[in-house]
Amino acid sequence: MDKLTILADAAKYDAACTSSGVDRRGGKGMGSTMAAGCCHSFSADGRCISLLKVLYTNRCIYDCAYCVNRRSNDLPRAAFTPRELAELTMAFYRRNYIEGLFLSSAVWVSPDRTTEEMISALTLLRQEYGFHGYIHAKAIPGADPLLTQRLGQLADRLSVNIELPSEDSLHKLCPDKEKKAILAPMAQIRDGITQAKGELVRYRHAPRFAPAGQSTQMIIGATPESDKHILTLTQALYDQYKLKRVFFSAYMPVSDSSLLPARRDFKPPLLREHRLYQADWLLRFYHFRAEELLDEAHPNFDTRVDPKCAWALGHMEQFPVEVNRADYETLLRVPGIGVVSAKRILTARRVGPLTFSGLKTLGVVLKRAQYFITCSGKMLEGLRVNPDGVLRHLVALERPALAGHEPEQLSLF
Amino acid sequence: MDWPRFAYEYDGSFAGFLTCVFEAYAHKEEPACFLTHGDGRMTLWPERAVDTDHQKARRVYRSLERSMGAQGKRLVTYGFLTCLEERELILWDFLRLGYERGPSVVRDLTNPRVAALGKAVGHLTNEAHLLKGFTRFSDQDGVLAGEIQPQNRVLPLLRPHFAARYPGETLVLYDRTHREALFCQKGKWAIVPLDRFHLAPPGAGELDWRALWRQFYDTIAIEGRYNPKCRMTHMPKRYWGTMTEFQREAPSPSGAMEQI
Repeated sequence: MDKLTILADAAKYDAACTSSGVDRRGGKGMGSTMAAGCCHSFSADGRCISLLKVLYTNRCIYDCAYCVNRRSNDLPRAAFTPRELAELTMAFYRRNYIEGLFLSSAVWVSPDRTTEEMISALTLLRQEYGFHGYIHAKAIPGADPLLTQRLGQLADRLSVNIELPSEDSLHKLCPDKEKKAILAPMAQIRDGITQAKGELVRYRHAPRFAPAGQSTQMIIGATPESDKHILTLTQALYDQYKLKRVFFSAYMPVSDSSLLPARRDFKPPLLREHRLYQADWLLRFYHFRAEELLDEAHPNFDTRVDPKCAWALGHMEQFPVEVNRADYETLLRVPGIGVVSAKRILTARRVGPLTFSGLKTLGVVLKRAQYFITCSGKMLEGLRVNPDGVLRHLVALERPALAGHEPEQLSLF
Repeated sequence: MDWPRFAYEYDGSFAGFLTCVFEAYAHKEEPACFLTHGDGRMTLWPERAVDTDHQKARRVYRSLERSMGAQGKRLVTYGFLTCLEERELILWDFLRLGYERGPSVVRDLTNPRVAALGKAVGHLTNEAHLLKGFTRFSDQDGVLAGEIQPQNRVLPLLRPHFAARYPGETLVLYDRTHREALFCQKGKWAIVPLDRFHLAPPGAGELDWRALWRQFYDTIAIEGRYNPKCRMTHMPKRYWGTMTEFQREAPSPSGAMEQI
């Protein structure tokens, strides 16, 4: 019990807890996975609990300033044995508490040794216990590529944490880590996935390698990078390393290092993290590019409105959009219209021309969209649009949701 | 088309409902409302009692895909499982429209009849998806047993998921709202009405795992990000009642004895 507490506590700052990306029906043994993923619970901070998120051990040889588990931090230390971990995973899985295992680890003795321990735990779970549920494993930078390869054959998703958004910050805060060492396994995993996919086309029983892809995360607000820097980096990771997800983690003060924001009075930049996630969605599902959302003149997001609204207000010449004729990409750029609404509009307008009340019936929320669309050439009746007024309305719409964030907003302007 | 209006009374089963549809078309009548046996509602319309006839029901069922496509059939079969008020009438309206217009009826999302049914089915599938995660099982002498309290009848949607997830297990899942239980064992399954369902008191091993899970649940939250509203948005409180992490075990009688 104590062990679980220590090792779950040590793992909680990892943002990723998704179980999506693979569809696998059960065979012998136990377990299946769903492409859509599945949340089993939500913790008091509102984050999804899908996987049993633990460290294999929190004994670490590194001393990264931002990390709870740094060598110099005085904490109780513990480590699982492969059998304990397998028993725990199976018991939780059987009771439908979890969708699988998220296994990370502090670096104990050496990256190779740590990876070997993780491999032995996952091998036991997969082979002896016949576990077919989801496994997300952390690849340890600096480990032998052959070990990472083995890890990828056991896990559904691999991730390597990029930790901080720039090399400078990394040098300052993690004296023992190097950017190159982090990017190397990322590239290896990318190539491994491509290769395994190619082989799978030819041989049905080719070994799977991280079929749910790879992800990464970085800490926001511990170092001075701008949103533009972070978003451009995110885009590069998607383009060049074919990542499935980039996670952002608002920095929580866990240390008194002089290199970090002071612990006292520090509010984790949750709103900024939220805006970055919104922008991340725009990159992945809405065909936006980072350059469109932020530029030299505006290196940070306007915290008052979401990034899509901010973009639309800056490009009023492209609006209003005619819902009965606009193509899918154009519809996606309208604030308030998402992937689901855009697809429903495309479906419904095959039957007949859409009106504003028709849009409401099919489930499009108009409170934002109304300023940016026309139905058969007409704006919503009684609506007057000038850019300042629209901004005021959109800001007012968000205000109730942002109530808790007010003080932090002021500090950003 | 003006058909005389009747109140239809049937046994509440899907086959029964399909028989009603058959009879309505056969007699050229418009069902004004649907009553189930013993629901005690009174009506001013002339009543027609319909006995479930599987032959007729099958004919209607087969016509669904032919007339309104796979999507249309899905809306009708799922629609019957929803908690929509007067769902039979809404289904009837949709069927009339579907038989008349063909498969394109599912694309007419701005039609209030189609929209109402689509929304209800969305609620059903969404609740089923949530419960794939929020359902909790206990080990009772090797059998996995659990209880849920959903708004819609989600058991038929949960069955394939849990059957694939636990291929080697025997499991029982009870739906408190609709008083039905799902039994699964080695690829065989059944959903049967069940008026009473009681879980046996958990064994010592089971209690330990529950305590471990609660401990994990409490540990994994980051205090600095405490956000109860966000949690409730994702996981409405109506599901908490059957979830292990929100239950506190009653002190066991043996423990009380030791204290004395």
